Amino acid sequence: MATQSVIGQKNNKGQTFTDPRYMMHEAERTPSFFTGSEVIKEAIRRASCDVMIAYPITPQSEAAALIGELFAEGYIGDYFRGESEFAVMSQCAGAAFGGARVFTTTAGPGTMRAMENFPMWAGARLPIQMIVTCRGINSPLSIQPDTLEISYLMQTGMLVWHAETAQDFYDWILKGYMVSEEPDVHLPLALCCDGFFVTHTKDMVDLTPVDMCLPPYDPYRSPVPCMDMECPPVRMMRDPFVMKSNYISYATHASWQQEVWAAVERSRKHSIAWLDGLIDTENTDAEILLLASGTAVSQGREAIEILADEGIRVGLVKVKTLRPWPGEEIIEATKNAKHIIVPEFNVTGWLAREVKATIPNNERVHAGPHVCGGMTMPPEIIASEIKTLLGIKVQTLSARGS
Amino acid sequence: MTTRYKVMPGPEHFLPPSAASMGNSLPDPGQGHIHGSIVPEEQAMEEAAKQFLAAKVPTIFPGPLVLWAWNEKAAKKAKAIRHLFETLKDCVASTQTPMLIPMPDYRPKYPKINPEIEINPNHPNLTIWHNKIDACIFVGVHCHQANLSLKIIRGGTDCYTIAMCAQAGHEDAMLSVRDTTADKILRLADWVKKLKGTVEPPK
Repeated sequence: MATQSVIGQKNNKGQTFTDPRYMMHEAERTPSFFTGSEVIKEAIRRASCDVMIAYPITPQSEAAALIGELFAEGYIGDYFRGESEFAVMSQCAGAAFGGARVFTTTAGPGTMRAMENFPMWAGARLPIQMIVTCRGINSPLSIQPDTLEISYLMQTGMLVWHAETAQDFYDWILKGYMVSEEPDVHLPLALCCDGFFVTHTKDMVDLTPVDMCLPPYDPYRSPVPCMDMECPPVRMMRDPFVMKSNYISYATHASWQQEVWAAVERSRKHSIAWLDGLIDTENTDAEILLLASGTAVSQGREAIEILADEGIRVGLVKVKTLRPWPGEEIIEATKNAKHIIVPEFNVTGWLAREVKATIPNNERVHAGPHVCGGMTMPPEIIASEIKTLLGIKVQTLSARGS
Repeated sequence: MTTRYKVMPGPEHFLPPSAASMGNSLPDPGQGHIHGSIVPEEQAMEEAAKQFLAAKVPTIFPGPLVLWAWNEKAAKKAKAIRHLFETLKDCVASTQTPMLIPMPDYRPKYPKINPEIEINPNHPNLTIWHNKIDACIFVGVHCHQANLSLKIIRGGTDCYTIAMCAQAGHEDAMLSVRDTTADKILRLADWVKKLKGTVEPPK
């Protein structure tokens, strides 16, 4: 493999192409105090990216600009600004079709504007990585954290992971390329976080050595040929079978879609190996479980501590990957629970819906508390909701601070 | 390791599911799978040889990754495939008709493809030699296109599908090995030679 043959060699910045397992699991880490945006930059510094395409939209603009600095420093092959989010995602596709490792970032209305591209990326088996710093998408305008856009991404055929912390973010950017570039997967990854809560707050993050980087992408491992519009075997791009109206053309398209979702399933094995499981759990023997993704997990941890002080024991399930969906893991983790609380930063409760569709006796699932449009979710809100569910009288939160 | 979903010769369904969506996993290095059950690679190779020796029209479908001289490895594999075909011809009975049908590219061809000459990956159940092929090996086909074709063949024909994959293998074939090199193709030819006369040919 070309990928293997470069291990130990140096790139033009003096970084050594390193076995990713050694780099991520064994190499010495340096604790650093960074914002989430700065963490994105540091991960990409070590990711051997060929192309990054940028467009400004809050709250990902800072990360996109910081990666421009990486380009100026010579860590990225090419970097430019697209005309719009739609253009950016189309340009990402072009670069990936040509065999490049591609990175981009977006958020909120930008994600929605570019949406047409995401099933196209997945259908074309392009292992592009896109950071989604989630924010409000609806009118009236909000730039504040809100995870509604994730529910749209979950139906595109992309891998979708939801980071809780800046540390998750750092590790998963690098590990994400390893999963999504596997030849049996070879799908784009939407690596999501809750905007501002992760991107604009500082946290301690353990970084891998700056003189180590991932081996470059090897396009010869792709399950589809690199695109060449004129030459076989890929001239099908201008001879699309989908334009024909007959049974077998439709069947081929149906099989094509099935193959994309089969690849999502195949990512399960690799994601489990790289992320140490699709979920994390704590105290799943408790009768009450809190199940969440993203920063709702962090708020949930604090709520669990508040409740523990009051003698109420609550376990935790942190969902790391939404696609692949950790169905069997969630069934196993929740088998003892009488109450499953699902706090979310969105109005529709998409995570609770997914859980309800997964587990037996789904009346155990309590969809909430919900906040959205940039509201915070104080741990006291979660604790109060759990106590209400248990029939314990709680003080109204409007009295707080008085 | 076993799976509940068996990948068997069809015709299975109007639109069969992908095996991965039914919970079938790909083999790890050194392994293969038969009908979705993970087995040692050598067991899969032996079974592939048996299936070919028992078929009326055992057919090799080499794809673009071995038909085009991308690199030295591709050329080496192409020679190994030719050797496998010649070995097969030497080892079958007169009632059997081994075939070598290339899949040179993935363009859908309209108004029709000539099924005497090549396989159209997007019309495999209609265009593989008039649907008379009862066992086939995919080799050198890009994984995505291979999975599409393998699944459509399973849906619409009773052909026994085998995939020799250079990457991670194929759940949508009835039998698959992974990390295929020229040497591995030659090893399959050795199995065919070794099992010659031990498998009852079709009448």
